[in-house]
Amino acid sequence: MENNIVITNDSFAKLEKKKTVEVSVERQSVWKDIWKELRKNKVAMVSVVLLAILIIAVLLAPLSPYDPYKLDASQKLQGISSSHWFGTDEYGRDYFTRTLYGGRVSLLVGFMSMIMTVIIGTSLGVFSGYVGGKVDMFLMSFTDIFLALPSMLLMVILNTFLKPGLPTLIVVLSLFSWASVARITRAETMSLKERDFVVATQNLGASNFRVIVKHIIPNILGPVIVAASLSVANAILMESSLSFLGLGVQIPRASWGSMLQGAQAHILDYPLLAVYPGVMILITVLSFNLLGDILRNALEPKIVE
Amino acid sequence: MWKYCLKKTAQVVIVMILISFFSFAIVYFAPGDISDMYVNPEMTEEQKANVIAQLGLDKSMTEQYFAWAERAVHGDLGVSLSNKSAVWPQFMQRLPATIILMGSSMILSLLLAIPLGLWSGYKKNSWLDNLISSLAYMGMSIPSFWFGMLLIIVFAAVLKVLPSSGMHTVGNVSAFDTFQHMILPCITLSIGHVAVYIRYIRANTIGQLSEEYVLTAEAKGDSQTKILFRHVLKNTLLPIITLMGMNLASLVCGSFIVESVFGWPGIGTFAMSAIGSRDYPVIMAYVMLSGFLLVVGNFIADLLYAFVDPRIKRGGASGGK
Amino acid sequence: MNNLLEMKHVAVNFAAYGGTVQAVRDISFSIEEGQTVALVGESGCGKSITAKTIMGLVKKPGKVMEGSQIIFEGTDIARYSSKEWRKFRGKECSMIFQDALVSLNPTMKIGKQIMESLDNHAVTTSKEEKKKKVIDMLKLTGIADAEKCLEKYPHELSGGMRQRIMIAIALISHPKLLIADEPTTSLDVTIQAQILAEMKALQKKLNMAILLITHDLGIVADVADKIVVMYAGKIVEEGTVREIFYHPVHPYTKALLNSVPRLDRDGKEMLCTIEGNIPDMTNPPKGCAFCERCPHAMNICAQYMPEEKTVSSSHRASCWMMDERAAKGGVAHA
Repeated sequence: MENNIVITNDSFAKLEKKKTVEVSVERQSVWKDIWKELRKNKVAMVSVVLLAILIIAVLLAPLSPYDPYKLDASQKLQGISSSHWFGTDEYGRDYFTRTLYGGRVSLLVGFMSMIMTVIIGTSLGVFSGYVGGKVDMFLMSFTDIFLALPSMLLMVILNTFLKPGLPTLIVVLSLFSWASVARITRAETMSLKERDFVVATQNLGASNFRVIVKHIIPNILGPVIVAASLSVANAILMESSLSFLGLGVQIPRASWGSMLQGAQAHILDYPLLAVYPGVMILITVLSFNLLGDILRNALEPKIVE
Repeated sequence: MWKYCLKKTAQVVIVMILISFFSFAIVYFAPGDISDMYVNPEMTEEQKANVIAQLGLDKSMTEQYFAWAERAVHGDLGVSLSNKSAVWPQFMQRLPATIILMGSSMILSLLLAIPLGLWSGYKKNSWLDNLISSLAYMGMSIPSFWFGMLLIIVFAAVLKVLPSSGMHTVGNVSAFDTFQHMILPCITLSIGHVAVYIRYIRANTIGQLSEEYVLTAEAKGDSQTKILFRHVLKNTLLPIITLMGMNLASLVCGSFIVESVFGWPGIGTFAMSAIGSRDYPVIMAYVMLSGFLLVVGNFIADLLYAFVDPRIKRGGASGGK
Repeated sequence: MNNLLEMKHVAVNFAAYGGTVQAVRDISFSIEEGQTVALVGESGCGKSITAKTIMGLVKKPGKVMEGSQIIFEGTDIARYSSKEWRKFRGKECSMIFQDALVSLNPTMKIGKQIMESLDNHAVTTSKEEKKKKVIDMLKLTGIADAEKCLEKYPHELSGGMRQRIMIAIALISHPKLLIADEPTTSLDVTIQAQILAEMKALQKKLNMAILLITHDLGIVADVADKIVVMYAGKIVEEGTVREIFYHPVHPYTKALLNSVPRLDRDGKEMLCTIEGNIPDMTNPPKGCAFCERCPHAMNICAQYMPEEKTVSSSHRASCWMMDERAAKGGVAHA
């Protein structure tokens, strides 16, 4: 045991205690949290980088010298070459260009439907959670029905009744995805509703609208952002399935799903046609799923030492 | 517990009625005339008028619904607009193929997911766990139809060991031949579900392992294997039953797609061609059949769960103090 | 009386998000055969971890530090392999926990859970003999309908009964030491008294030592022979029940005693609480940990860890107030 105790004259005098307690709270920005999480998971980092590259490439698609719609039978079904990085499809169109353009459509559909899903789901969820009571019970039964539906099936059926096209597709996709977002936001709203700071604000006479907008919404942003990321992933998967079945994006417009539909006919002789769009879908969906997880871990309220 | 069963039965009945409403609405609001479902183009105007009056097709929507429902209960779902033969028998003929596909996929998914998920959760953060979790992630993110196409490329085109489509080779009705044809579609259908189950079981296992009763078991001197298999296994797997019920919808949708990719002669391909040709009676029957399948499946899952979880089976005297 | 258990310089660290938490810092105490020792302190002082250390239940990210010695009947069990631990737990030493509802497997019948403990340690006996032993144990713990109880599930029983089941599980192999971690905290006051009395009776019957872990000094008086007071991972005072209750030395002990609601006090007096919080254990103060909250703190308290001094053969404490020089500078100690 240590024995270097130095006794001075005032060793045994009463200790003057400092009243102020030093509490250092390092305000970690959200970006730092996210960066930390990314560093932890190398695979996620790689996929997010890939996603970024993909999005940039897709945005730059118009720079391509090829027209994605021009048919040129003389060039059909060529393999990889320096002039055709992905070869050509059965109509002689440059596959790389079509893949990029297809990416634009798939990503657009993914994002737009995510926005609609989040808006509908959050509005319903927050409203239901905040108002509570019978309204909540009714709305949640309604939501549960939608959650239990075989979404793909109904999307297919709905599509046969409606005019095919991008807006229809986006609406149909959101129609069957808002339910889980509603559930999440409702749960968060209900727990926030009981928290002291909300009750205090209400007691001070703030209108319900103000409470919701200024206090509840900022605090549910975390889970909503996570849900949004996962929603994009889901939407892209669904869109590709629908387009593959011929019920989503219509040919000759390219989306990754519709390209796969065309590729199916040549699956045994030119299998590569099926590979490229599929890999794109995989990378994109995987990245959004991983991003969702990363965001979830990063945005979790943490104890800062 | 009987209260629970009764409540569930009541729910099922209500939902099935709702589904029938919805299915009826499909035919009612479909473009074209509903009477086309029941009349032949060869009939004379008088015969058609007779059929229409007989079947009540000129009455109000509610009356039509009840008339339709009565016919449906007796197995008469009208005739297909494309081939003019009765809808119901055509479905029944194709249903076994779909059931085989869905059933075998469920079994495969469980067989793979339970050991992988358990082990993954038990050895959390080990290299094996990371591998399994990564694979599960990929499985969740891959479009199943594309995965099917890849399998066809590898096994049918390149390696040439498995057939690329259909349920039988022409002229061959042996079980083994069917089995060969079933391998790729079954794997394709399962990939997404295995991934979801693995993640779920892994999370459950980790959760159960951190429960207090595991500590008690250790304090008794139980070995780790004993704890895992005697205590944790049952508690981890119980909720799987409910999860499987919830996943049924996804299974039905998935089989729809897989049947398309592989040309599997189930109700999915039948419905697919009906959709293409706007054959509304068939579409209606498909929606109803799938809906019922889902509802009944969930019902069975819920009942099964009630029987297996003693907390529901026995209710409780409980209450803390 | 021989020492059944001797803890020598036991220290436990935890790797945590913000650093290394020194949960238990160099503690030493002993328990004799058949003795009841109460380990007292507020939440976070390290008493539960101490209990788990005796049972070898400290897992990653916790680590029992080198130099810790846990001598049970002459053997240093801190060095045990997992196989030796499994033989030890439940047979030589058992532990019961606070909330019996979550500490029992909800989907396994009671009888089976108790029987498992027997299976782990028993010499091969027939199923009937094992069943009889279980029923005898249940009757011993005060459960009337023992036979019926075997077939029930934990959620079908009341809180008090569940706790008795926990005790039955712990005692069925006749351990020499029973560690009870807050066994009555989640129970009604009346049931609390019953359970404690039953534990005492069982102790006599089975000649067993008990280590009672609690934050509630109120239940300790009737039950314990010796009291060990812990604060911030260290033992601040140790003595017999009389010594601690009537002649407490350490300011923390005194504060604890003051905060126990007493029937003989005027109802109008305010309940005394101890101001402040326990220090940050990732960076424990280099002096006395109680310094911040102590009304008698001196300069030396903040600078150096107080040395342990004996008050009597059974009473010791670590406080700078005990030093002769302290009387001059500050307030005289009791």
